[in-house]
Amino acid sequence: MTVKETLSGWGNFEPRQCCAHYLSSPTALQDWIGRSQDTYIARGFGRSYGDPSLNSGSNVLHQSPRNHFMAFDESTGLLTCEAGVSLGEIIAAFLPRGWFLPTTPGTKFVSVGGAIAADVHGKNHHVDGSWGAFVHLLDLLLSTNEVLTCSRTQNESLFRATLGGMGLTGIILQATIQLKKVQSAWVKVDYKRTRDLNDTFAAFAQHAHNYRHTVAWMDCVSKGAGMGRCVCMFGNDADIAEIPSAFRSAPLALPSKLEKMVPLDFPSWILNPLSVKAFNRLYYGVHGDSTKIVDYNSFFYPLDSVHHWNRIYGKRGFIQYQAFLPPETAEKGYEKILERITQAGCASFLAVFKSCGPGREGILSFLDEGYTLALDLPNIGHPLHRLTRELDAILIDNGGRLYLAKDALTTRENFAAMYPRKAEFMAVKNAFDPNGKLVSDQARRLGLVEGA
Amino acid sequence: MNETTVILGATSGIARALARELAAQGDNIVLAGRDMESMQTMATDLTVRYQVKVGIVPFQALDFENHPESWKQMGHTAAGEPTKVVLCYGFMADQQECETNPEKARRTLDINLTSAVSILELVAGDFAQRQSGTITVVSSVAGDRGRATNYIYGASKAGLTAYTSGLRNRLYKEGVHVLTVKPGFVDTSMTKGLVDPDSPLVATPEQAARDISKAMDAKRNTIYTRWFWWIIMMIICCIPEPVFKRLKI
Repeated sequence: MTVKETLSGWGNFEPRQCCAHYLSSPTALQDWIGRSQDTYIARGFGRSYGDPSLNSGSNVLHQSPRNHFMAFDESTGLLTCEAGVSLGEIIAAFLPRGWFLPTTPGTKFVSVGGAIAADVHGKNHHVDGSWGAFVHLLDLLLSTNEVLTCSRTQNESLFRATLGGMGLTGIILQATIQLKKVQSAWVKVDYKRTRDLNDTFAAFAQHAHNYRHTVAWMDCVSKGAGMGRCVCMFGNDADIAEIPSAFRSAPLALPSKLEKMVPLDFPSWILNPLSVKAFNRLYYGVHGDSTKIVDYNSFFYPLDSVHHWNRIYGKRGFIQYQAFLPPETAEKGYEKILERITQAGCASFLAVFKSCGPGREGILSFLDEGYTLALDLPNIGHPLHRLTRELDAILIDNGGRLYLAKDALTTRENFAAMYPRKAEFMAVKNAFDPNGKLVSDQARRLGLVEGA
Repeated sequence: MNETTVILGATSGIARALARELAAQGDNIVLAGRDMESMQTMATDLTVRYQVKVGIVPFQALDFENHPESWKQMGHTAAGEPTKVVLCYGFMADQQECETNPEKARRTLDINLTSAVSILELVAGDFAQRQSGTITVVSSVAGDRGRATNYIYGASKAGLTAYTSGLRNRLYKEGVHVLTVKPGFVDTSMTKGLVDPDSPLVATPEQAARDISKAMDAKRNTIYTRWFWWIIMMIICCIPEPVFKRLKI
């Protein structure tokens, strides 16, 4: 069925009207594609921040009805499922049986298809790589209505274009992914506080290789001496002996957590430089150096238990600016970025900083060996556009790039500079989507489709 | 001993959510409906996700002559002998269309009411003989009072509600429990485009399924899902007819 919906990404940034469809089987999808002349893009749970799953005035195909498991091999941990299955559903079904996700982004409300299309990453990227590393194969429904199975040994160029390809090569019908065997649902976390950006880089250099999961909450408001100070969280999967005694008899079970909800959009003055500074000071102050055993939900998904937390940014919404810089230029590049942001007084609370490992699974994959910094920027109109242009320039100068799953504002020229393999991607896309039917607002903006 | 639940109309929005809810609690499931391909996908999902046994049986609401055969097949699948049956299908066409097209009106009544009587009498007979079982029927708040914008659908559901209540009365002394479920708005294909899924009045299929499952366990007689619809319907039913007939409702 078709419904007109006003859709946006998670940032509630510039919502657009689209024709939304809920087709619940491959047959229904093929019927629709066969009859339609128009452009379309698939959408999972809309957790990308900008416009990758929007197609203004044209079609958005919701994949959430296609959320069936198809097979699971207990001996290998290989799971085959439809692309509309959420990471949360995988955890709910398989963690009790001793299996967890091989890597996970900061929310479990992401579809398997979306995870592939964005080639998502988690706190263990520096050790295990991105989501794409754990995808064995996928079935892709092309705009020609053909279904192709893609893997590292079959239709490889299409596989590499689809991983991180933001849905522009076709609709992912199902995928086979490798789950990870775990002993418990807990993580042992060492918290370390750093004084400034320099200290943060030193902490990662010294400690990250001893831990499977590493991430840091960075203070992006403090200027001067404390700029770039962090609360680092370095974790390893907890053995049964390490988890709290009350939970030892059921190591894969979880304490129940009270879910909260932000019921409406907050007024725009709630998040301002003063309130954010106060919050950052409090957060940094509360976390001293320590070790804690933390359940997986609190460690991997701290914000998921506050439903609709994005409403805190109000009706005007926000963008998330997530950057990558290679090891040679990271410290100097992020110093420039932080200087620019703290100078602009753009309130961004709790930015996330992380070290990353080598290897890009997809042609347009985001991370490689280096460092990533993600921060929220409220939508304050033109000053925001000016700021992101300047930040983009710093990134490009330093051999860095933006994460397409978060991007809402970058230009065609900046994108081409950040992703020199753009032409390679477009060659594959155009070969398998000759009529250019797979189109999103982001693709138009970045010049990934003709006639934008 | 695990229960086995038959879901009639297995591919409806509420049925899909209910199948998962019950399988999560360990029920083996028999899926009965028209769309074999979709039911196969559902069956695989239920076995992988919940490790329960699932059977699939073709069932056409309007194929009255084959109801006895269908019911017999539902009793002989890998999922085991049914201990619970949920009737979870319905047909709602545009009211205006039903007024001008007698075929549509007749179809509404045949699917929602006549077919229910046909299949459930078979179930009732078997369960009564066994002196055990639970029958759940998904009716609708629309059956509580006929109103201009939806009275043909409403009439079929009013009939279904009365039928189910009579069945409950008959089967009580046979040790068989009957539950009537009256959903208000649920976000499924039946209501797509008609209601705003973000409205607090609209339930998700998962919420409806949880309400139904809890009510089955607690052996409730009639429930509204979500619960606050009983207040809304009580008010609607209290409006005196001389006033009600003037309303645009």
